Amino acid sequence: MNTFLSDLARFVSLQDANTRTVVLGACALGVACGVVGCLATLRRRALLGDAVAHAALPGVCAAFFVVQSRSFAALMLGALVFGALAAGLVALVRAWTRVREDAAIGIAIGSFFGLGVVWSGMISRRPEGAAAGLDGFIFGKAASMTSADVFAIGAVAAACLAVVALFYKEFKALTFDEEFAAAQGWPTVALDLLVMALVCACTVAGLPAVGVVMVVALLVIPPAAARCWTDRLGVLLLLAGGIGLFAAVVGVGLSATLPAPRGALTRGWPTGPLIVLVAAAVFVVGALLSPRRGVLAQARRRRVVEAPPP
Amino acid sequence: MNLLSFIDWWTLCIAALCAASCGMIGAFLVIRRLSLLGDAISHSVLPGLGAAFILAGTRSPAAMLAGALAAGVLTAALAAGVRRIGRLPHDAALGVVFTTFFAVGVLMVTWVAKSIDLDPSCVLYGLLELVSLDRVDLLGVSVPRALPWQVGLFAGNLLLIALLFKELRITSFDPHLATALGIHAGAVQAVLLTAVTATTVVSFEAVGSILVVALLVAPGATAQLLTDRLGRMVALSAVLGVCAAVLGYLGAVAMNTNIAGMIAVAAGAQFLFAAVFAPRYGVAARAIRHAGLSLRIAREDVLGVLYRLGEREAESTQPTLQHAQAVRAAGATIVARLACAQLRRRGLVEARGDELTLTPLGFEEARRIVRAHRLWESYLSQNLPLPLDHLHDPSERFEHFMSRELQERVAAEVGTRPDPHGKQIPD
Repeated sequence: MNTFLSDLARFVSLQDANTRTVVLGACALGVACGVVGCLATLRRRALLGDAVAHAALPGVCAAFFVVQSRSFAALMLGALVFGALAAGLVALVRAWTRVREDAAIGIAIGSFFGLGVVWSGMISRRPEGAAAGLDGFIFGKAASMTSADVFAIGAVAAACLAVVALFYKEFKALTFDEEFAAAQGWPTVALDLLVMALVCACTVAGLPAVGVVMVVALLVIPPAAARCWTDRLGVLLLLAGGIGLFAAVVGVGLSATLPAPRGALTRGWPTGPLIVLVAAAVFVVGALLSPRRGVLAQARRRRVVEAPPP
Repeated sequence: MNLLSFIDWWTLCIAALCAASCGMIGAFLVIRRLSLLGDAISHSVLPGLGAAFILAGTRSPAAMLAGALAAGVLTAALAAGVRRIGRLPHDAALGVVFTTFFAVGVLMVTWVAKSIDLDPSCVLYGLLELVSLDRVDLLGVSVPRALPWQVGLFAGNLLLIALLFKELRITSFDPHLATALGIHAGAVQAVLLTAVTATTVVSFEAVGSILVVALLVAPGATAQLLTDRLGRMVALSAVLGVCAAVLGYLGAVAMNTNIAGMIAVAAGAQFLFAAVFAPRYGVAARAIRHAGLSLRIAREDVLGVLYRLGEREAESTQPTLQHAQAVRAAGATIVARLACAQLRRRGLVEARGDELTLTPLGFEEARRIVRAHRLWESYLSQNLPLPLDHLHDPSERFEHFMSRELQERVAAEVGTRPDPHGKQIPD
């Protein structure tokens, strides 16, 4: 118990440089993913990030083939290129064939990741063998974030937020009334691509920190949690960003302070899953307590309706 | 190198069986827009496996299967609830549930890390390479341990689809009609989701989750591009799955790399190929149809211009049109140029130097077009209060789509008078 309290004090005072780094990185990622995730979810593209995240594996391998080293920037660039390729293919399949978007995303997830597995298999069989564990890059490890990673994540997050703020009006029209946006003379296709690009950027920035599945969670859960409380886009974006921030801070805090499990191989709990679980808890609270859509409010309304007149 | 000597027939057999099972059940997921369910379930079985291990204390296949099945069914049910409460699209609701389950699973694995050897890469990539090394004796024959499971899965899925085909079809396309007919759409959906979960879980151990995701969706979507009938689509989806398994296996052996990954790539490549070259719904077929239509319209426009020119000139002289003018009349594009060349090749138009004239054959064809145009103008002016200058443009578009039968019926309606502009309607 004493170690827990002292760990908590150390976390709250942010005296560890490492903790500071992780908190900053997770916060930037949480806010950016929450905001961008709202746009993706409302455009019915919530799981596009899933396809992008899985497509990062062949991207990382391709980057390794090209530059023959594990340079962080090159791997990120490869992941970004392949993520954009997957998102673009999904959009083309949706626009040009009768196959629905969900099937297109499913195929992209399976096939791109399969390609990544094939390539990483070929890389790991090379004589030099220096590339073993290249796939670790996309499974994420928040605790090992360096300050350079945090700068990269912060830059991406700031850019994404700036784009959303700049094009807020256009995105709003695109989301709720695409024909109106087109009638205004706005380039709806380009705006749609911009939303996809934002999803790509956030996903790839989050991969090394929290991994494939958790970055999808950060894109999907905060918007869902915020959706319980509001019908207004502006409020939704702020709320989802706030929930992402809250989940990041509390998740990192839990990871730094919870006592390690008995016999665990590592010290403490993994950060990514804890962040996701905090966000999920926020969603559950909203789903239960929200005054209009919450389960409790609905049950009470039903009782009022069913009660006999006095 | 003799490729055949490198083939392990048991491995290939298990991959093909798994692909057929996934393909046939996946076709229904694609039709019902539930394609991402396979992805979601294959992630959310992790806490099911963990919980089963913690509760039962063993890694016996039965306990693992039960835990994974429970987690999979729970995922589908919770996603439906989240969708309703959160007013979310289906995919977002699934995303909320499966990522949360996965997070719980990772924490569970951390919790029991020391006592369980659950290698994430084995879950993801599968162990197809090793599947034929793990043997059991069945009726005195040594077969891979996964074989009876895969055969059972294949038989189970086949039986389910054969017994419930009518119900599955009606609830896939018109759940309200199904309810009116006394078929419980929710129950059918629950049975389907249970079958998908069982398919995912059983396949998962042998071939890995990524391959399951690819094989559930890609063959079904490919089949959707090739046929409009559900029965054919389901069968085709199973066959395409087997094709992908064989192609992927051979590719992996040839390139000495991961088999499951290569099969997933083969399934995706099949889909891309079909998306481009499918006879009816492929991108190429649609582009060719579109180009053919553009060419026909351009040809007919040139013929119409030549015919009208002939009306204006004196009876004796043959109407001629300069090639450049004809191209301009048909839109001045590359399509117009091609259309003029086609007219000459088909003997509808003769070229004397740079001048084009109609042949007798071309004259007949041109008269048909102009007749359609003027009939439609007359019909519009008699039936709609349109000013005279609003009649030409719609007729110019519609003349290309008026069949002989429609022309006769419109002719009977408008009589033999000249068209609204005073021009004679040709017979």
